[in-house]
Amino acid sequence: MAATKIYVPRETSAVSVGADEVAVAIAREAKQTGASIELIRNGSWGASWLEPLVEVEVDGARIAYGNISAAEVPGLFAAGLLDGSEHERRLGSIMEVAYLIRQDRWTFWRCGLTDPLSLEDFGVHQGWKALEKAFADGPKAILEAVTASGLRGRGGAGFPTGIKWQTVADTEADQKYIACNADEGDSGTFSDRLLMEGDPLGLIESMAIAGFAVGASKGYIYLRSEYPLTHRILTRALELARRGRWLGENIQGSGFDFDIELHLGAGSYVCGEETAMLESLEGKKGIVRYKPPLPAHEGLFGKPTVVNNVVTLASVPNIVNLGGERYAGMGVNRSKGTLAFQLAGNIQRGGLVEKAFGVTVRELIDDYGGGTASGRPVKAVQIGGPLGAYLPAEQLDTPLDYEAFIEIGAMIGHGGIVVFDDTADMAQQARFAMEFCAIESCGKCTPCRIGSTRGVEVIDKMIAGDGRDENYDLLVELCDTMEDASLCAMGGMTPYPVRSILKHFAEDFASSGGKQ
Amino acid sequence: MTQGIEREATSEIVREFGAKPELLVQILQAIVTRHGWIPEDTIRQLAFELNLSRADVYGVVNYYHDFRTEAPGKHIVKICQAEACQAMGSRALTEHARESLGAGMHETSDGVTLEPVYCLGNCACAPAVMIDNKTHGRVDASRFDSLVTGLRESG
Repeated sequence: MAATKIYVPRETSAVSVGADEVAVAIAREAKQTGASIELIRNGSWGASWLEPLVEVEVDGARIAYGNISAAEVPGLFAAGLLDGSEHERRLGSIMEVAYLIRQDRWTFWRCGLTDPLSLEDFGVHQGWKALEKAFADGPKAILEAVTASGLRGRGGAGFPTGIKWQTVADTEADQKYIACNADEGDSGTFSDRLLMEGDPLGLIESMAIAGFAVGASKGYIYLRSEYPLTHRILTRALELARRGRWLGENIQGSGFDFDIELHLGAGSYVCGEETAMLESLEGKKGIVRYKPPLPAHEGLFGKPTVVNNVVTLASVPNIVNLGGERYAGMGVNRSKGTLAFQLAGNIQRGGLVEKAFGVTVRELIDDYGGGTASGRPVKAVQIGGPLGAYLPAEQLDTPLDYEAFIEIGAMIGHGGIVVFDDTADMAQQARFAMEFCAIESCGKCTPCRIGSTRGVEVIDKMIAGDGRDENYDLLVELCDTMEDASLCAMGGMTPYPVRSILKHFAEDFASSGGKQ
Repeated sequence: MTQGIEREATSEIVREFGAKPELLVQILQAIVTRHGWIPEDTIRQLAFELNLSRADVYGVVNYYHDFRTEAPGKHIVKICQAEACQAMGSRALTEHARESLGAGMHETSDGVTLEPVYCLGNCACAPAVMIDNKTHGRVDASRFDSLVTGLRESG
């Protein structure tokens, strides 16, 4: 009889709540009971609230058991885990978990399904198919498909990917680069990490497609150092791809050369800004560059460079396989396709939800997220990371659409949704926005470097009740200056969360518990 | 206490990266990963071996949060201070950690260094803590205490 396949994710969140210990316990229990199993460390499906999530394959279906601890493993075996038997933790087939089946999985479809470090598994699940199609159809067809898809940069800025790629393709140079931005620093975001840990070979394929489309022979992944497990998984995936001859010279006899270097960041938030990232990739301080020149004209080492976020790149293989029009058929208005939303903070069912644009914040929080973890009412929701606005409960029916968000003075950014319940002290959150900017400012421009420190001081005075009205006006003026005169989004958008709090939660300055 | 890093150990890392000055951030990251910090002497040595000015190397070391210029304790405990963890009580957890470890942020007590970190990407399993490069999720005060048990030198 064939060994029973058991899946335990090797992904950071799962491991952070005990997946490794569960895997060890399963191997030990199988040995002791003489059961024949094949333990597969898959990626995570992104239902982080169910981690550690164990699946067992029975008659072709994968039966899921959620929130398993190592101590429960012997009991699970005794209850008939290997036959997919009933148990209080049993969720049924993974394909029946509502959180997952109601998603539009375009980019993350392999995450959770496959062993991320198996070339064979990748091949079985359409791996390299899009790259082979690219080789067959030529660069022009790829550029057309990406443009037709309406894909926009998922790192936060939302710039049309097709235009960026076309610009690099049209720029003559002896060397061009693909720089993958994996410096996912926004709080409440982890979609890049889930993709890199769950489908690293898919990212490698995506970068090779980008390189082929624009004529770049070298790629870089700039990974934040806070993701050590991701670093190990990517390092291994790059070795596998090279060994399989999917990276290197003359890939699969196509005549196309492409390789990828993996770089680590060093704890600087600003390095997620594309030009600061390029400086860091060149071994320097991560200080923002003036634009123009655009990186597409003069990027890494002065050469034309495509700088794309992980999720942007990883959306491309299916655009190549299924056509740009199909992708553009999802979403609303100028927000085409899907976004991998991330439910985080005080939420009952936190995790990744890939949905077509147009879904409302409330649908995500209530229907998928199940409301707050504390069971208390939602007070505020920060969307788009530390530079994103806090939405009050009455704005939660806003559809997730880039332009609809701009209209209410907010931004979708990288799709992180952080929920706060009614115990949150919003004056402290405003203070933190300024404090974070002061800590992370690269220091190149004055409004950001100095303005953020002054912002903390002014907010402290407001909290202390020291000239609250004058300081309110001063803070608004400071926000104007930072927004208008900063060089990049760090100083330019720190006012977003601050202003939103002034607008919707001003009463918290009077009731704040003081400096924490 | 604050012994430097053997010159040969630094040279070896520089050689691994082909002594390329454009890989300075990667070289410094490798030094911190293996030795925990960047001593003054190492900055001088790197400048010499990479043919950069000391100011260049110092500037990069000084810029990035990861590049400590003081020797940390044997273990490093980082507590996420960003919004998703704040929404799940990281401020109270941080207070608890200060008391429990007897160290403030960037301080070392009993061989354990406490540091802030701004997002570990574990935002759906908040609050998150990283101990010696391993991320832990859903950390409340009692789980924190059990995670740090045994890290302290005087146990």
